[in-house]
Amino acid sequence: MRRRDFLAGAAGALALPRAALAQLDPPDPLVRALAGGAPVRKGKVTLVLPQLADNGNSVPILITVDSPMTPADHVKSIHLYSERNPVPNMANFYLGPRAGKAEINSRVRLAGSQRVTAVAKLSDGTFWYDAAPIVVTLSACLDES
Amino acid sequence: MRRAGLALAAAALAAGVALAQERAIPPGELKSGSAFLGPDLRALQNDAFANPGMLWVERGEKLWSEPAGKKTLACASCHKDTGMRGAAATYPKIYKASGKLVNLEERINLCRTARMGAEPLRYESEELLALTAYLARQSLGLPIATRIDGAARAHFEAGHAAYHLRRGQMNLSCAHCHDAQWGKRLLSETISQGHPNAYPAYRMEWQTMGSLERRLRACLSGIRAEMLPYGSQEYLDLELYLAWRAQGLPIETPGVRR
Amino acid sequence: MAARIQVPRAARRGDVIEVRILIQHPMETGYRHDDVGHLIKRNVINVLSCRYAGVEVFRADLSSGISANPYVQFYTVAEASGDLEFTWVDDEGQRGSERQAIVVKG
Repeated sequence: MRRRDFLAGAAGALALPRAALAQLDPPDPLVRALAGGAPVRKGKVTLVLPQLADNGNSVPILITVDSPMTPADHVKSIHLYSERNPVPNMANFYLGPRAGKAEINSRVRLAGSQRVTAVAKLSDGTFWYDAAPIVVTLSACLDES
Repeated sequence: MRRAGLALAAAALAAGVALAQERAIPPGELKSGSAFLGPDLRALQNDAFANPGMLWVERGEKLWSEPAGKKTLACASCHKDTGMRGAAATYPKIYKASGKLVNLEERINLCRTARMGAEPLRYESEELLALTAYLARQSLGLPIATRIDGAARAHFEAGHAAYHLRRGQMNLSCAHCHDAQWGKRLLSETISQGHPNAYPAYRMEWQTMGSLERRLRACLSGIRAEMLPYGSQEYLDLELYLAWRAQGLPIETPGVRR
Repeated sequence: MAARIQVPRAARRGDVIEVRILIQHPMETGYRHDDVGHLIKRNVINVLSCRYAGVEVFRADLSSGISANPYVQFYTVAEASGDLEFTWVDDEGQRGSERQAIVVKG
């Protein structure tokens, strides 16, 4: 495949889920269920993913939430959603004031190019989110070893 | 006698010169597979804690001290005073007792069967991967230093031939990609020089640790060629050739690869 | 189940410390097929918990969306000397645990 064709394909892969993006933008049904009808606002949460995954089997993910993490004001939980994985709710992380810092690092599987969303539930009952796109390509050679 | 000695020396020199000319990638241009990774996987390999291959290295360290077999000996029982640093960097090599070429896996099994009265470990078994990972890790940073003289020479020649043999539906040899096209793109990936210095390695495609032979089988599968059984002479010869080809590259085990 | 944890051996009271865990587990998705075409049954670590001196300070629900040999890094406040104990369970009910002590001064 020529480089130009591949890049066009990759750009297309990013553009393709736009119709789905409109659905995923909260209120996505899963996020709506999580928030119980409460509004989910963009902000406070920062989701960091590479723009291009080395391999879809293991993508590093960093989620931070801007919060003082005091007993009066802290992150209760962080929820991670995929728009293309067979299991959309990838993980939930439960924190609390003893965390000191609302920051999670992990490695995830991503089934193809998509947008990933992280939703934080705060102690005051509000919900905040961030989303990030990622291009996930296939391995060059088939492997039946 | 002296004239014969001089003739031999001249022949060896000529052979050495011929070998040097055979190197498709000169020593100064050797690049480990990690140079062809994206930034995330390279960072993961360099993270001594989070590198998944370290799970096997740790297990190997435990197994090293665990007795196995009828004689209730552990590797450490005999090897406790001899640091294994540098050992992995010399494989594959000729096993003196049999005159055969062995890789690290086979050498471990020779110890187990001949000296410990223990069962040999299967290729790709958790234990063998752990032990080879542990041993290779002991040589971290040391340059590959295999020898191709004496009885190893014939294996080197066979490995050279195997490396340059076209095979499979795609009718490609190793040289076509890894000598002629390294650094160029194959779909979304950059073709590496195909060096063995990070094996056994944690490969994302496998989502687990695997030996160099497993990687060779994956290559064969990729070009739609028949995968030979583990432990085949052709793989061993190829391992020796690959080690010679990568001579001087530092050991990086456990590598993290796509 | 083999696992590695990285926790500082010592800290000052009130320090926010970094905690890392790497667990050896295939996190079998349930979507792969074996050599003869049969579906390999799903088996993932579905819950991971960290207790600090007996009190849960972190918990995670995991799924097949987490990579094989799962890695998680989070933070906790160094409150008192004690053990950080991790426990986890997979879909087959296999349990794993790992602990490390931390000395907290001040």
